[in-house]
Amino acid sequence: MPEFQRFSYDVLVIGAGGAGLRAAIEAAATGAKVGVVCKSLLGKAHTVMAEGGIAAALANVDDRDNWRVHFSDTMRGGQYLNNWRMAELHAREAPDCVRELEAWGALFDRTKDGRILQRNFGGHRYPRLAHVGDRTGLEMIRTLQDHGIHAGMEVHMECTVLRLLLDGGQIAGACGYDREKGRFYLWQAKAVVLATGGIGRAYKITSNSWEYTGDGLALAYHAGAELQDMEFVQFHPTGMVWPISVRGILVTEGVRGEGGVLRNSEGRRFMFDDIPDLYKEQTADTEEEGWRYTQGDKNARRPPELLTRDHVARCINREVKAGRGSPHGGVYLDISWIKKHLPKSEEHIKRKLPSMYHQFKQLADLDITQEQMEVGPTTHYVMGGIRVDGDTQMSTVPGLFAAGEVAAGLHGANRLGGNSLSDLLVFGRRAGRYAAEFAKTRAAATVDEQQLQATAAAALAPFDRGPAGENPYQIQYDLQDTMQDLVGIVRTEQEMQQALAAIEKFRARAERIGVVGNREYNNGWHTSVDVTNLIIVSEAVTRAALMRKESRGAQFREDFPNKDAEWGKYNIVVKSGADGAMQVEKIALSPMPDELKAVIEEMK
Amino acid sequence: MATQATFRIWRGDPAGGAFQDYSTPVEEGMVVLDAVHRIQAQQANDLAVRWNCKAGKCGSCSAEINGTPKLMCMTRLSNINLEMPVILEPMRTFPLIRDLVTDVSWNFRAKKTIRPFRPRLPDSPDGTWRMQQADVERVQEFRKCIECFLCQDVCHVLREHHKQDEFIGPRLLVHAAALEMHPLDAEDRVSDLRRKHNIGYCNITTCCRQVCPESITITENAIIPLKERVVDQFFDPLKQLFHIL
Repeated sequence: MPEFQRFSYDVLVIGAGGAGLRAAIEAAATGAKVGVVCKSLLGKAHTVMAEGGIAAALANVDDRDNWRVHFSDTMRGGQYLNNWRMAELHAREAPDCVRELEAWGALFDRTKDGRILQRNFGGHRYPRLAHVGDRTGLEMIRTLQDHGIHAGMEVHMECTVLRLLLDGGQIAGACGYDREKGRFYLWQAKAVVLATGGIGRAYKITSNSWEYTGDGLALAYHAGAELQDMEFVQFHPTGMVWPISVRGILVTEGVRGEGGVLRNSEGRRFMFDDIPDLYKEQTADTEEEGWRYTQGDKNARRPPELLTRDHVARCINREVKAGRGSPHGGVYLDISWIKKHLPKSEEHIKRKLPSMYHQFKQLADLDITQEQMEVGPTTHYVMGGIRVDGDTQMSTVPGLFAAGEVAAGLHGANRLGGNSLSDLLVFGRRAGRYAAEFAKTRAAATVDEQQLQATAAAALAPFDRGPAGENPYQIQYDLQDTMQDLVGIVRTEQEMQQALAAIEKFRARAERIGVVGNREYNNGWHTSVDVTNLIIVSEAVTRAALMRKESRGAQFREDFPNKDAEWGKYNIVVKSGADGAMQVEKIALSPMPDELKAVIEEMK
Repeated sequence: MATQATFRIWRGDPAGGAFQDYSTPVEEGMVVLDAVHRIQAQQANDLAVRWNCKAGKCGSCSAEINGTPKLMCMTRLSNINLEMPVILEPMRTFPLIRDLVTDVSWNFRAKKTIRPFRPRLPDSPDGTWRMQQADVERVQEFRKCIECFLCQDVCHVLREHHKQDEFIGPRLLVHAAALEMHPLDAEDRVSDLRRKHNIGYCNITTCCRQVCPESITITENAIIPLKERVVDQFFDPLKQLFHIL
């Protein structure tokens, strides 16, 4: 019988990206005993890759900005399926969260008068993104990490969580193993915050790191929590397309915010050809007006390259399909052209977009100050996630909280760039606070020892099958191919039914996974756990996308190409049924208070 | 470019190990980590390798490639001679866990010994601070660090002399520099740098700066100015004379 190392906490945070660290800091500040479990080393989580910035209506660059504009931009971007309460809290609290980060040592780029500089981004009416060149995520995670290690939390690095434990329907903690030695751990806790991020690794072309295997979603699903909006997966319009080995790596929207333009193989700025009605009034008529906007002219409107990500991704897809793409199956993104307007454009680009310069120079042998980049859509973010209460971030399972990408609600059908980093701060803080509060009201829960042993036994089963079993890497590759081809940017009923059938086969294969070697840092073993989580989230995405018979935000159905007002009244919710099968249902949106409706009307 | 290449990878744990050769197909644009992944998926499922972002941003996949500390995700095969086997080893300064993965936890423990950021009181009417871009940029260079620990790996004070208990190494000297030169910071770490972190052990051979994947000018911009602060405070001959009188 495997031994478990035992730890006990008031609040256990699973995940150490922006949301997890912010939650842990907040919970620890209340005096709660806090444990953090993460899959990687501290400071390596996917937050590190965020580039563009943190959206917050600080109004440092344009004093017309305020929380009401940010709120209505977020709702418009999400096609009004957002949890309005979360969108409101987010817009109101983001500026304070950014200032807090500065007080903990973050060093943002500055305005001329020495305040935090803000940049333009898609879907945001005013320059709103606090940033550090194009490495804002690194600044954020390092600030939280360096502050957090002195805040009184115990960190368990490089651990895989296998199961959330319940006691009479309430959360009791989690169990898992450490990657270094493969030792089993029990982390008892009165409250648990999930902050495990997204699901990008369900797709072949993705900007996400290997960690993004939907672990938190699968853990919550098995614990009885509800998942919401899973059909909305964001395809970021600009990922690298060449060389093949770096396909999918993100090219920040900041390139377009700084004046970068998209062109097809004919040299045409195709984004001017298709501007959605919802954004007509806010979009530039001419290339010249668009350029002025990126340079801070308050009377100019934004160029169409800065329309929402779902729309830009589909336009790129259309150009490629119509045979107007670049040699490696993308389109051109050009920032070098600004030399026509700016005398020292080379230095300017290197200062504003240092990581992008570096990334292309080193990985593609291309100098972005002189040449056009080739870019195409890449799986980037899941708007859907665990259904939570807007104020407290508690899921439908008492004591189980979720914050950041793993939670649903803030972004609705499509997320605006920059709103994810602010999401992590605002709702990480809230989840930490309310989890600590919840923990105070409870005595330590009891853990079911039998369940613990059964979990360990199931985790070790692949070793018994050994090399005769299925190769976990191969199942993951096959699953990624299926999701990429059949549940991608453009979806149809028929293809998604095929995907469901394929997912059933992957599930059967996953039950026969074999692992070679021993338990010490065995990537094959880790992948066997990741794959089972990915299969669950892939099924959830597919079933939700099948049910929503319309095109809205990130979901585009070729068989239902239009938006349907009726579907605008519902979120789709997925949960585990009594028989273990996945249940999908639509749930009416909660009615928005009149004050908020008025804000949206006013900003139209 | 060759279509097939051999990778000579260290396989083993603290008890011992050996190099093992793997031959795998290679294509244009591939980096070392791609080849390692291919080998892992097809020939050695249990090959231990640590990686995350595969874009040079997280600093997880540090290893010694043909003897030079590098990030596997940023080393293109087109820049390596593939006529010979490509030698891949774990970072040798840190205790081995298995294969290419080392125990770098010392870095995290050592960081905790450095006094944290302590800002001066806000001095603007809105309760925040004003800072000029030029002042911020100096520190932003240090804050580019992705904590890949390649500089720690190559530092002879740590690698050859094993002074981990006394010396914090280049990465953490950069961290200390970022704090000391932060426009808002009011803490004083100069005495610690001399007595607790033993900055004097560094004899500025610039090995660390040469392997930094973020091109941080570690020696000249971070370590030497800190050394100067230590000298100013403790070894100024005029001050010493004054002290004696």
